[in-house]
Amino acid sequence: MTLVLFGTCLVCSAILGVVNEVTREPIAAAAAAEARAAIAEVLPEGGEISEAKTAEIEGVNYEYYEEYGGGQTVGYAVKSSTAGFGGTLSLMVGVLPDGTIFNTKVLSHSETPGLGAKCTSDKKFIGQWYGFSKDGNLSVRKDGGDVDAITASTITSRAYTLAVAQARKLVKTLDPDATTGASLIKNKEN
Amino acid sequence: MANKLSLITNGLLKENPTFVLVLGMCPTLATTTSAMNGMEMGLATLFVLVLSNIVVSLVAPIVPDKVHIPVYIVIIATFVTVLQLLMRAFVPDIYRTLGLFIPLIVVNCIILGRAEAFASKHNWLESALDGIGIGIGFTLSLTVIGIVREILGSGSVFGWKFIPGDGILAFVMAPGAFMVLGYLMVLFNKLAKKK
Repeated sequence: MTLVLFGTCLVCSAILGVVNEVTREPIAAAAAAEARAAIAEVLPEGGEISEAKTAEIEGVNYEYYEEYGGGQTVGYAVKSSTAGFGGTLSLMVGVLPDGTIFNTKVLSHSETPGLGAKCTSDKKFIGQWYGFSKDGNLSVRKDGGDVDAITASTITSRAYTLAVAQARKLVKTLDPDATTGASLIKNKEN
Repeated sequence: MANKLSLITNGLLKENPTFVLVLGMCPTLATTTSAMNGMEMGLATLFVLVLSNIVVSLVAPIVPDKVHIPVYIVIIATFVTVLQLLMRAFVPDIYRTLGLFIPLIVVNCIILGRAEAFASKHNWLESALDGIGIGIGFTLSLTVIGIVREILGSGSVFGWKFIPGDGILAFVMAPGAFMVLGYLMVLFNKLAKKK
């Protein structure tokens, strides 16, 4: 009896070991390709992307990538996560050195289908990030900011906006030339 | 041959896992937000079901009664993990939509149910056919629920939008899943009884 159970587990773990070995590289490659695609999407075309770097603000570590073109930095892609309505909302945010948002992309989310999940498809919501002014107030209009929220999804919109604000704040600490005037508007309690 | 064929149709109608056996409700309700999601979940379950049915039917004669459940669960869990790794490697997009529900196939009662009720008492070929039949039945059921919920909730089918606007939101969310499932179950059983 013990022997059969032992044998089954032995064979099964051997199979899993083999499959894990075979799929390790494709999985890593798929994840890397996905990250590269996301970075390319949120930054201006044509530059050279650096390896992943990390920086810390307010005790939180952020992963970011720097884009070089013509001997200088032309943009940053920051991976920024916040708490959404259904779980962690993770974004890749492209920020120009002066703090202007270039573009954003959702890496992963668990928002409600048909409501918050529209943050990946609502053209009006996504479109407003493209070239969002460096002095723009990064909070939703309901809270007195310049961001148009997704209808009936204020919490998701706030989380998205906060993630962008975190990225912009990080870039401003990275780039000494950027204006420091506009600061993060605290996300109000829901 | 007719006998073999009936093993497959059995899973489609007489023992349809969703509408007649009412098994595996958790993935049924959770993943059918659109036709595509439902179908992909069904196919993932089909894969695990066929393989675990075959292996269980092969090992059943040598497995002592006292440990048969642990042994079956280990076999099923192995196939699910294999599927999960393969999906992450080769179809990361689908893996992202189904996410958590892939590992949950392990505890889908359809699979353990078929291992226990069918595969352990039949040979591997019959078990494979039973797995295919039940698996297709599950896939079709999930796809139909997904289609209905997608039409009502988003005004589209397989992502092809034909009704402009937002649709009835409730059908994309959990309450709609229960309603659609309930009414389809009524319809299915009414039609099945007539035959």
